[in-house]
Amino acid sequence: MDKQRRKFLKIAGASVVAGLGVPVIMKLSGEPAHAAGGNAAAAKDTLTKEASKAVRLGMVIDMRIFTDKPELLDDAISSCINAHNVPQFPDKKNEIKWLWKAPFKNVFPYHSSSYASKKIGKVDFAVLCNHCDEPPCVRACPTQATFRAESNGIIAMDMHRCIGCRFCMAACPYGARSFNYQDPRPYITKYNNEFPTRMKGVVEKCNFCAERLALGQEPACVEACQGTGAIIFGDLNDPGSELRAVLDKEFTIQRKPTLGTKPSVFYIV
Amino acid sequence: MIEKTLKGKPAYWIWLAFLGMFMAIGAACYIRQYNIGLSLTGMSRDVSWGLYISQFTFLVGGAAGGVMLLLPYYIHNFKEFGRITILGEFMAIAAIIMCLMFIMADLGQPMRALNVLLYPSPQSILFYDAIVLNAYLYINILCGWVILTAERKQVKPPKWIYFFIYLSIPLAISIHTVTAMLYCGLGGRHFWLTAIIAPRFLASAFAAGPALIIIACLILKRVAGFDAGRKAMNKLVTIIIYAAILNMFFVGLELFVGYYSNIPGHKHAFEYLFFGLEHNGHVYNNLVPFMWGFVVLGFGAIAVLLTPAARKNDLVLGLGCGALFLAFWLDKGIGFVLAGFVPTPMYDVVEYIPTANEIGITIGIWATGLFVVTVLYKIAIGVEHEVEKC
Repeated sequence: MDKQRRKFLKIAGASVVAGLGVPVIMKLSGEPAHAAGGNAAAAKDTLTKEASKAVRLGMVIDMRIFTDKPELLDDAISSCINAHNVPQFPDKKNEIKWLWKAPFKNVFPYHSSSYASKKIGKVDFAVLCNHCDEPPCVRACPTQATFRAESNGIIAMDMHRCIGCRFCMAACPYGARSFNYQDPRPYITKYNNEFPTRMKGVVEKCNFCAERLALGQEPACVEACQGTGAIIFGDLNDPGSELRAVLDKEFTIQRKPTLGTKPSVFYIV
Repeated sequence: MIEKTLKGKPAYWIWLAFLGMFMAIGAACYIRQYNIGLSLTGMSRDVSWGLYISQFTFLVGGAAGGVMLLLPYYIHNFKEFGRITILGEFMAIAAIIMCLMFIMADLGQPMRALNVLLYPSPQSILFYDAIVLNAYLYINILCGWVILTAERKQVKPPKWIYFFIYLSIPLAISIHTVTAMLYCGLGGRHFWLTAIIAPRFLASAFAAGPALIIIACLILKRVAGFDAGRKAMNKLVTIIIYAAILNMFFVGLELFVGYYSNIPGHKHAFEYLFFGLEHNGHVYNNLVPFMWGFVVLGFGAIAVLLTPAARKNDLVLGLGCGALFLAFWLDKGIGFVLAGFVPTPMYDVVEYIPTANEIGITIGIWATGLFVVTVLYKIAIGVEHEVEKC
């Protein structure tokens, strides 16, 4: 099922350009994933030349599967926490969140939830950075410490450049960003030596596991849900990708689409 | 001219020592915050800006307000402002210094502040804010110093300085406009996402700034024997009243849009500010007393300033201006920034209460601003007296 995806991830990983020496901001190169297909309809489908060439990583979260297996989301969250040394603060004030869960009414506040089915009210939705195609956080950042990797569309962070002004946090309409109000290191439960820890005074968030993609691996949350189809990850600009096949087949929604941020994370409710 | 700051009556030194005490407390609090982190503040993941940024926003207005002295004097040739334009410029210098200090206090990594210049990012409004604020600071230092030097020497200011004086007028408008754009360009925050933020900021600045100048003039009249003149004061009162009414009018327009359209996103923040916002069975209303304080003091001050007594009696004038300054501080220095975070992007309500350490730093920076303004006014008044003696 995910042969094609693996292939893409390997190609992408093999051609990694060493970024700024920080694993957090590694880039994937932009392979023209479907250029060889010669599919006229697909070429028409993409709006601009650039869009047809660049990779834009995205994700579909199938809530039907998470509804049936709520423990799956817990696994995904803990694998994310372990992969990225995400500190676990006891208080809500200082908390750092990359991938977390919240009810429908909080995740989709502009969608009506009056007379919503009881099922929807009880389910916890997976929430993470949307890796928007038009990211307001990148626009707000005064130092380009947060930026859109042109090669794959990941909204990445350079934690060594971030001055901690928190303008990106005010700009993000999804509450996806966290600030290290104090040294996070004492609150890391299990150290992963493969990923850098952060210092106080910088902002962080989900990075779509850019560091794992660079090694040809899937994002940690995707791997945790392997075989279930709960999270489908791939290139939104590749009409032949599994991700696009799912998007073609199912009705999906994005968070706050009216803001024009073009989120790359889609939900099947 | 700096030597003028070194000679003064005991009251001058006591006042400076008094401010110095708060500055020292602020510095100690800041060292704690620098070492431990911003977790010492009341800010959180959900309310990521607090007292520092709200004071910054208000004080940009204090700096821009000085232009209400320059404009009538240099453009409309209103001679009575000749003696007090320097007070406006020096107030602007102190206000901008406070603004920059509040920004530094708010940064998670203050040692990296220069990254804003090292990696210029023209798509970020903060980049432009850094440019206009610094430009306005240096232009005011330049203009203030050159004009005061000329006055001391009893000569006309050099012609070239007029270029910078005229430049400082649009620059004053720009600092507050750009500061408004920090907020009104953020798509996810309903309360800030409105084109009226910049006009509203300017209106409140053009009322609160001159109100502070009047208070300063009244104090200087008592303690330093400096009389700005009734005619100048009355003109300032007229300016303040118009600007204050405009600000109240703009607030009213905002309320109309929210409540008449009945769009929840437009109403939430106003509900939170004025009546308390109910969410999951809990009513969140921390800011309600502050905002009604703003309404009562604001309209009260306008009414007081409209009375003939305000044009004759120093006490009435001072009370009116003080109430107005306080009202607009409650509105912009407290309500405006904090309400923008309600509700959060995840439709939750999280309230913010500043910590003692945070308040210590805030008071320390205000004390620094008053210290700077005291010293600068001492120089200006010293030169004034020196010229009178000649």
